[in-house]
Amino acid sequence: MKLPSKLAKWLIALGLLHGAVICAGFFTPYDPGEQDRENTYQPPTHIHLVDSQGHFHIRPFFYRYLNREDFSEPPQEDTTKIIPLRFFAKGARYHLMGFIPLSLHLFCSDPGSGRIYLLGTDAYGRDQFSRILFGGQISLLTGLLGAFITLLLGASIGTTAGYYGGWRDGLLMRLAELFVALPWLYLLFALRAFLPLAVSPLEAFLLVVVVVGTVGWARPARLIRGIVLSAKERDFVRAARGFGASNTYLLRRHILPETAGVLLTQAAILIPQFVLAEMTLSFLGLGVPEPLASWGNLLANLQQYSVLVSYWWMYLPALAIVPFFVGYLGLASALQEHANPHKIEVGVTGDTV
Amino acid sequence: MRYFLRRTIQAVLLLFGVSVLTFLFSALAPGNYFDEMRLNPQISSETLASLRAQYQLDRPLPIRYAYWVSSVLRGELGFSFAYNTPVGPLLWVRARNTLLLTLTATLLAWALALPVGIWSAASLGRWPDRALSGATATFLIVPELVLALGLLIFAVRTNWFPTGGFVSTGFETLSPANKLRDIVLHMALPVAALALSSLPILLRHVRAAMAEVLGAPFLRAAEGHGIPRQTLLFKYALRAAANPLISLFGFSLGALLSGSLIVEVVMSWPGLGPLLLEAILARDVYVVIGGVLLSTIFLVGGNFVADMLLYRADPRIRTESAAK
Repeated sequence: MKLPSKLAKWLIALGLLHGAVICAGFFTPYDPGEQDRENTYQPPTHIHLVDSQGHFHIRPFFYRYLNREDFSEPPQEDTTKIIPLRFFAKGARYHLMGFIPLSLHLFCSDPGSGRIYLLGTDAYGRDQFSRILFGGQISLLTGLLGAFITLLLGASIGTTAGYYGGWRDGLLMRLAELFVALPWLYLLFALRAFLPLAVSPLEAFLLVVVVVGTVGWARPARLIRGIVLSAKERDFVRAARGFGASNTYLLRRHILPETAGVLLTQAAILIPQFVLAEMTLSFLGLGVPEPLASWGNLLANLQQYSVLVSYWWMYLPALAIVPFFVGYLGLASALQEHANPHKIEVGVTGDTV
Repeated sequence: MRYFLRRTIQAVLLLFGVSVLTFLFSALAPGNYFDEMRLNPQISSETLASLRAQYQLDRPLPIRYAYWVSSVLRGELGFSFAYNTPVGPLLWVRARNTLLLTLTATLLAWALALPVGIWSAASLGRWPDRALSGATATFLIVPELVLALGLLIFAVRTNWFPTGGFVSTGFETLSPANKLRDIVLHMALPVAALALSSLPILLRHVRAAMAEVLGAPFLRAAEGHGIPRQTLLFKYALRAAANPLISLFGFSLGALLSGSLIVEVVMSWPGLGPLLLEAILARDVYVVIGGVLLSTIFLVGGNFVADMLLYRADPRIRTESAAK
């Protein structure tokens, strides 16, 4: 089956974005936990091609910032020393995708000559750029796993209700009504509220995934139920049943494939929503804790007034999610258009009509 | 009337279900408010036991639930351990602040979305529509949290707006006019964040609903009869397109209490959001349950109002339910 060009376009864009996050170790110069206590709250480093004497350099370089006594003054660059950028150079060790040990980086500077902070540093002098890319791994993984759990739950509940009908249908759909009636964010909070608060970072991450994943099953379950209901009455399904096909065979061969389109569209809608849920929980201190980086807990720094006033680059993690959201919403709208070409769509972005 | 009755019973059953569900969640939760106290050597275990007994925490679950339901009927909604008062009044004060914020924002968003959305649909495919669609698409992808934080940074950098809270210090000493000004200034940012985050969704719905109707033969006939475009758009087309918009309006009403949680926390607005967050961190369970229940009541109520409005606005629903 050939993919429509619009769908392919969004898939490629999303693939590139996720590639950058998955290979965060290669694209970032430093380890996300590495601290540089001498250079806390450094503003973003400027990359130059022309030095302070007006000479042009082919190799891009940067200057170190002078340490400031008074933080209200604008930062000054130390123009006496040019620090060249090194591309494809060896630096801090890391594990690509968690298991391939490497030390190759897209760019970094010579060790001992000064460190490059593309997006500035935080209160511990950790590189924001590295933390944003590595934080993306946690946040996106939450979104992906959460959506997977939700769709798994939604699909099995929806299929059971739609295919078997009867009391199962009644019970499950009443339960779904209950879950839809609860305000989503409050439900998320309530569920998180009643789970342990003080846990290790990894446990906290799994907890967030499970909480985010179990909250939203009702809506997909209703959609799937509707499709299964209509699919099981189709002539070819009745024919197959007449030939003596078992329930499992019918479900696997004829009915579940019908739900694939809805599942994919739902995934494209749910993933960014769940990434946002992780961000919200972590922002409020209920999600993934330090020292792990996630988009949510990077933003949590902004809850301090002084950070808000003086260090604008701490806001940049918020902007990191925007391209991902564009990608997912574009994908969702392309999928919807693919399934339903003439409808004027409402919920998602992209070209309409 | 039968329709009305059936919907009411449904809503009550739903609320009952939600209360049981949240209560069950809270019972399954490890730890409670008094766990922290147990670590304090100055509080003896007898005191703790008597405290637990006072709040009926040592009773089995169904009895606790029965106690809680009776306090709900008295309007107390259980007891807050942290604030040492009944939950009801506590929630009510905060809910009022939240409503002040969300009602303003919702009204503002709808007042903007209706005319602009209609205009956009009326010029479907031409430049005003294209420009508006681009703008809504941009705002649609910016999440509320990001928007709120961005506005906050804007406020801090320009110093045009106060950054958080409900009123300034020394509020009591101000003259009535200045008091109003103070509150409006404090409200400006959170209201802007809320309105801007709901506006694109509303706009899209209004545009889509109108665009669907505008192609209808009866409107083309009306146009052919020489009825002015304004009357056509705002009187005939809007009425025909109202159905999905009324449902959406019900949803807007329903989200009045629960929709502003993030913005409230970010802008430190003393509404339900920050209260709920504190209660979660302190394991003040009845406040959490009360907050969830209250916002569910709003959500259910919003849907209910929408159903009633639909019943009035759409003759098809009336005949359908009468036929049953």
